[in-house]
Amino acid sequence: MVYLTRKAEFAASHYYHNPDLTPEENQRIFGKCNNPNGHGHNYTLEVTVKGEVDPRSGFVVDLKQLKEVMNREVLDAMDHRFLNKEVPEFFTKIPTTENLAIAVWQRLASKLKSAHLHRVRVYETPDLFVDFYGEE
Amino acid sequence: MKAHLTRRYLFSASHRLHNDDMSVDENQATYGKCNNPHGHGHNYMLEVTVSGQVDQSTGMICNLVDLDQCVEREVLSRYHLENLNTLQEFSKTVPTTENLCIEIFEILQRAFPYAHLDRVRLEETMMNSFEYAGGAEVPH
Repeated sequence: MVYLTRKAEFAASHYYHNPDLTPEENQRIFGKCNNPNGHGHNYTLEVTVKGEVDPRSGFVVDLKQLKEVMNREVLDAMDHRFLNKEVPEFFTKIPTTENLAIAVWQRLASKLKSAHLHRVRVYETPDLFVDFYGEE
Repeated sequence: MKAHLTRRYLFSASHRLHNDDMSVDENQATYGKCNNPHGHGHNYMLEVTVSGQVDQSTGMICNLVDLDQCVEREVLSRYHLENLNTLQEFSKTVPTTENLCIEIFEILQRAFPYAHLDRVRLEETMMNSFEYAGGAEVPH
């Protein structure tokens, strides 16, 4: 079993707001992140797949294909977007880094043919990242 | 008390991804630019993770000097500034970073007796990395 990780970067904006809460509660829980005009991050995405090395090619997965799937399913949808307004998952869910990692997993899991998705890691900043391993 | 220790090393090498059993077109389709007949190079970043009980008198899992000497002797001196395709272990195996990662794990597992080898992680570029734990699952 070999694990392969591919990184990608994207920039997006978001804000945190739960319509079921009062303005005061939203402000208290989310603080500055509740600003409705949003704010942005340079996100780093790490996608880890696992599998056996194909004896013929020496590859676990075709990296080019993985990159294409990541570009198509994630970066094209999220890069330079306002997550709350432009990415359907976040019309109803708060675009926290936790929910972002889950959304990326859901977008990729069914699209990776030859490799098994092991982990999605999303860095919001170099000091803060979330790992999601699927439903455990 | 058991602990895990990771040490980083750098080496540079060249390779060409090519399988003699495939046709010219199949090699090109499988490996793309990496099939360029003259090869190309990378600065590889190697991470070696070992684990063991922390020795009460030294406070260490193992002596880092021993680990450094072993990695230098067995891995870096073998691969640094070399063309991987010319080495015996890649005479029949394509030197993908998957296969290089497995090879380095097996070399160190044989050569380093002072702690348990957990994992070898190899970055081929800033964007790609590979991990091998002897066939075991890499723990979360």
